[in-house]
Amino acid sequence: MANLSATPHGSAHDDHEHHGTNNVFGFWVYLMTDCILFGTLFATFAVMRTQFAGGPTGKELFELNGVGLETALLLLSSITFGFGMLSAFAQKRGAMLVWLAITFLLGLGFLVLELREFANLIHEGAGPDRSAFLSAFFTLVATHGLHVTCGLVWIAIVMIQSFTPQVFTTRYMDKLQCLSLFWHFLDIVWICVFTFVYLLSVI
Amino acid sequence: MSQASTHQHEGESHGSFASYIIGFVLAAILTVAAFAIVEMHLLSPGMTFGVISGLAVVQIFVHLIYFLHMNSSSSQSWNNTAFAFAAVCVLIIIGGTIFVIHDVGMNMMSR
Repeated sequence: MANLSATPHGSAHDDHEHHGTNNVFGFWVYLMTDCILFGTLFATFAVMRTQFAGGPTGKELFELNGVGLETALLLLSSITFGFGMLSAFAQKRGAMLVWLAITFLLGLGFLVLELREFANLIHEGAGPDRSAFLSAFFTLVATHGLHVTCGLVWIAIVMIQSFTPQVFTTRYMDKLQCLSLFWHFLDIVWICVFTFVYLLSVI
Repeated sequence: MSQASTHQHEGESHGSFASYIIGFVLAAILTVAAFAIVEMHLLSPGMTFGVISGLAVVQIFVHLIYFLHMNSSSSQSWNNTAFAFAAVCVLIIIGGTIFVIHDVGMNMMSR
């Protein structure tokens, strides 16, 4: 069975390797299905990216400076989350909370920039109903944004949950590792978004 | 229990301060390179597409290795199997969709 191979010799509790426990492996499998969800949205965007219906093109609409800033915030949040994980593994609650708080703010900054971009596009008459290109664009990028929103809620939850006397239980660490995979996974999806949606439209 | 194992595996499977920094620097270089190539119009459109796609794939693997700590150890074989299967699915979905819609475009009215 998959879970036996993932944690050999009944070491589910002792083996704290990154993908060590069954819970974390199960979450990894969820992420792979999420990956396929994004795959379908990217496929849709790939075939709709030139269907402008006489409306504005990506080249006219996209501002790379804003996209670059969003990319920087998300990349920074990835590494600050990593430092938060290192603090957690060292059982330092205070440091972990600080890193998680920074990660939360960076993620929030990303989300604010994205929503502002959406608002500007809709204001310019380039909303999701303007053309197939824009429908595909909004569906793909907003789905990523929705994931980031869920990630932010989850970060807030693990921060609140850390206020107990016995913080770093196996259960809590599992949860943190799942969240870590989720957050880093969103950064990987964003690599594809800025490359194949924004940069490719501007060429 | 968890304390002992944290020490045991420290610096490897969880990553370390250094590995996160290395990953971050590599990711930053790859990102800046992709933006620079596009913004400064260094290459022809076709070449640009090829190069930034390549940079994206490399950056995905940088993130997988340095941030998600994927590796080839036996304890991760099912993680890697699941990943490989998902990657094949995504390639079939994207490649197949582009192929089908391209053929529709070539054979139907739109061209």
